[in-house]
Amino acid sequence: MGKTIRVAGLAMALVLGLAGVVYAAPSEIRIGVALEPPVLDPTAGAAEAIDIVVYQNVFEGLTQIDQNGAVQPDLAESWTISADGLTYTFKLQADVTFHDGTSFDADDVKYSFDRIKAPDSLNAHKEFFADIESVTVVDPLTVEIKLAKPSGQFLFDIGRGDAVIVAPESSANNATDPIGTGPFSFVRWDKGSRVVLERYEPYWGKKAALSKATYVFISDTAAMTNALLAGDIDGTNNFSAEALDVFKADPRFKILVGTTEGETLLSTNNKKPPFDNLKVRQAMAHAIDRKALIDGVTYGYGVPIGSHFAPHHPYYVDLTNTYPYDPELSKALLAEAGYPDGFSATLKLPPVAYARIGGQIIASQFAAIGIKLELINVEWAQWLEDVYANHDFDLTIVSHVEPFDIGNYANPNYYFGYDNPDFQALIETLNGTTDEVKRKVLAIEAQTILAQDAVNGYLFELPQIGVWNAKIEGQWQNAPIEGVVLKDVHWVD
Amino acid sequence: MTLFVLRRLLGFAVTLLLAAAVIFFLLDLLPGDPAQFILGINATPENVAQLRAQLGLDAPAWQRLFIWIWGMLQGDFGQSYTQNAPVADLIGERLWVTMPLAILAMAIAIVVGLPLGILAARRRGKLLDTGIMVLAQTGIAIPNFWFGMLLALLFAVTLRWLPPGGFTSWSEDPAAAMRALVLPSLALALPQASILARVMRTALVDVQGQDFIRTARAKGMTMGEAVWRHGVRNALLPVLTVLGLQFAYLVAGTIIVENVFYLPGLGRLIFTAISQRDLILVRGATIVLIVAVTATMLVIDLLYALVDPRLREGEQR
Amino acid sequence: MRGALRHPSLVLGLTASGLFAVLALVSLVWTPYAIADIDIGRRFLGPSLNHWFGTDNLGRDMVSLIMSGTLTSFVVAALAVGIGAGVGVPLGLAAAAWGGVVEWAVLRLSDFVFAFPAIIVAILITTLFGPSAINAILAIGIFNIPVFARVARGGALSIKTLDFVAAARLAGLGNWAIAFRHLLPNIASLIIVQGTIQLSLGILAEAGLSYIGLGTQPPATSLGLLLRDAQSLFLLHPSLSLVPGLAIVIIVVALNLAGDGLRDAIDPRLKQQGGTGVAS
Repeated sequence: MGKTIRVAGLAMALVLGLAGVVYAAPSEIRIGVALEPPVLDPTAGAAEAIDIVVYQNVFEGLTQIDQNGAVQPDLAESWTISADGLTYTFKLQADVTFHDGTSFDADDVKYSFDRIKAPDSLNAHKEFFADIESVTVVDPLTVEIKLAKPSGQFLFDIGRGDAVIVAPESSANNATDPIGTGPFSFVRWDKGSRVVLERYEPYWGKKAALSKATYVFISDTAAMTNALLAGDIDGTNNFSAEALDVFKADPRFKILVGTTEGETLLSTNNKKPPFDNLKVRQAMAHAIDRKALIDGVTYGYGVPIGSHFAPHHPYYVDLTNTYPYDPELSKALLAEAGYPDGFSATLKLPPVAYARIGGQIIASQFAAIGIKLELINVEWAQWLEDVYANHDFDLTIVSHVEPFDIGNYANPNYYFGYDNPDFQALIETLNGTTDEVKRKVLAIEAQTILAQDAVNGYLFELPQIGVWNAKIEGQWQNAPIEGVVLKDVHWVD
Repeated sequence: MTLFVLRRLLGFAVTLLLAAAVIFFLLDLLPGDPAQFILGINATPENVAQLRAQLGLDAPAWQRLFIWIWGMLQGDFGQSYTQNAPVADLIGERLWVTMPLAILAMAIAIVVGLPLGILAARRRGKLLDTGIMVLAQTGIAIPNFWFGMLLALLFAVTLRWLPPGGFTSWSEDPAAAMRALVLPSLALALPQASILARVMRTALVDVQGQDFIRTARAKGMTMGEAVWRHGVRNALLPVLTVLGLQFAYLVAGTIIVENVFYLPGLGRLIFTAISQRDLILVRGATIVLIVAVTATMLVIDLLYALVDPRLREGEQR
Repeated sequence: MRGALRHPSLVLGLTASGLFAVLALVSLVWTPYAIADIDIGRRFLGPSLNHWFGTDNLGRDMVSLIMSGTLTSFVVAALAVGIGAGVGVPLGLAAAAWGGVVEWAVLRLSDFVFAFPAIIVAILITTLFGPSAINAILAIGIFNIPVFARVARGGALSIKTLDFVAAARLAGLGNWAIAFRHLLPNIASLIIVQGTIQLSLGILAEAGLSYIGLGTQPPATSLGLLLRDAQSLFLLHPSLSLVPGLAIVIIVVALNLAGDGLRDAIDPRLKQQGGTGVAS
């Protein structure tokens, strides 16, 4: 035992001696994030974890999404749109360089979009850019993009991580050695542990306040709590609500609760009996006690939703009372639908807390009306194959984190299996409409149809709960798009 | 002796070959398409098919098994689907955490466990013996991940002596790397030290009753001298066996404790790989763990034979 | 029985493990509250007359959870011992009775299985079929096979040399008859002792596997799963973690004491025979 104590004592001396190195100096930050990205190239994978690290930090697009979800200029300093809405002409920022020193110009823009659209492209969101007909270099600082049909979402879509501008010289290695134009350049990636970024001094825009940023990967909530308390990390963008009370009364920390684009659903296989029966879906909707669910899963931080739409969006309409919690009515509806004694079904749960805990709560709520759910825990890859690709499921709980993704319901082959020609026509009209007032009317109509059809169980909007050192400011409170954007983050005294 | 060593080596090779085949065919049955996972939820079927072809997932299973084993023999474990890097490199990086962790834990267990065992045997039936054995019983019974969490709360959160987790690479700051391993190795070492203390005590107590000790005592040695000169050496045989087993399972046990201390070891690599359906990576990492276990057994066997020549001769083992 | 009473640790161990076993069995027919009975409104209640150990993050009664979790942990460990002994003991006996090629094959097989620590088997099975308590049973059970095979072989070999076995062989008994009529009854006590030890290891191993998500899955519960669920709440609600944690410690200590005591009580000479297994 004596040996052990000596080891601990030695270690303590080392900690004290090296304190300045171990704990972040005021121009450095260490951020805990739950998931490690598989690669660091946002154009080559769907994982949210990629954008968390590199979006707007290492890589930039023509446009950028700000923390309110609005489109702002980025590498394109300005643009004009032709009267027919088909031709976009972008004026590019001058004097921009990639982190390897090569310069940025219109050729890089053309290269990046051609790369997305190439037949062998592995971009996870090719469909957003499917309507791009051509990209033309007008002069080194002017690019013209022609669309096949007008799109109200185009400027937003090119601000996504999937459309960041990369250089032909370096794009092949971006997976492990990302090179972009952003305010931070990549330093090192200790696999399984952390990614280190440092300020890119020749950056074209306003320089970042932080000189160094380290993303530390901590998947376990207890470990994340310890890391925050011990000062091993200075903050995290998304902390699990269950342990939040640890930090509430602690003046060293501040808690930022913000919105995300994550509509959390009890996704339902609408093609499969008995879920093809509207009465069954209505019965399930009436059986869900959103209040208990939100308290149980998010400790009250989630915002209830009644349809597939983010509550902070200007087009949002509150439909949470379409089918209020009413177990008796549920039972009556089930009986009308021909299931007086209920039925059994499976509920597949991906490996996220909101699903695993939410699943248990839903199962207990459904048990009260006679629907017996068998909980099946699956890994993401299996979820993608079984549920998403092969539609082999009854029910599942998942959060749809894409902004403005109500259009998925117009795709009859989407995993919901929802095939409603009226809705499809409505979305077609919505996509072709650019007038804001008209778009809002159409969007509200779309939300209402989904709510009334009870296509899925609409549960809540996922919150983003940041826990940060109280002396850090400038971090995003909301998550309108995946990313932990560092350019405005700074320490205050 | 040579024959014995050759036989053990052959057995080692056959075990590994069989293990490789078992792992390969088990994982080949796996549900979940890695290509779909990489491309995500909105990928088109054509894209997925294309990536499958690129990754070589179209070849028949036996062919892929052969390619895999042949590659491994040359140090090429294949390319990770999801991380776009050679599996050998990915595993290599993680071994720099997992192996030192296991070795450190073993060292602590030996340094703490063996003396306690000897002490208990010397004071057999006394209060000290009882105390040590109660400690050992408890030490075996505490789940190591739970103990790890308690350690982290005490030494990292409350006292702030040591980091709560994470890892700084050896090349960057060896002292910090070492510090990061202290708490996890303590958590791992507790049950091992307890087991060692018990085994050492039992072995010594057994030895004390045997002829050569009696002879030594008859020659005028005190019991302490006799036990120390002859007993400990003989008692080391059973201890050695247990050590081998323990080390093998320590390597596997690191997987659990890594989780508590967010260490970038082999275990976390395997879990990420499983959830991403990165089969080549799962295969490579599990086979490496099995090599570690099997190689330890081999070394112990050989050591055993060295210490106790009787074992080389006949059948046994 | 008088012999047993001379070993206080045996009495203590058997009593304590028996107590938990009874609690676990009672949970089959009755728990104070149903464990599927989720009620967010009453979560994180402190200890009270209604809920002796309070309630968890889903408002479930901790006493009920511990009872039910203990049952799962016991069942997983016991079935794993069943698999290990069921396969391992016949193998070990065959090795001892036949010798030669059979013995060689059994030893190689057990070497081979030893190369797969329980956690690796659990990882492989989980990647195949997804996580479940059955994984844990299989993984720990497979780990137990060579343990029992070696103990059975070792015990049988030492008995085989005794006179009465030689006499039986002279009387014309075959290997089967010798294995089952003479060897098995004489190593039964050894197997029981090893079974007790493996039972305690199995409970620990189940906890470890459930903790990393490879074992028991909700809505079922086990002591390991309870620990996992309570881990992130430790600073806020330490009792949720301490209660199942202490339950594991007490059960494992009790089983080990019972195992040690049994060994001493049955035959002091067997002390060095039982291996000290290490699972996880």
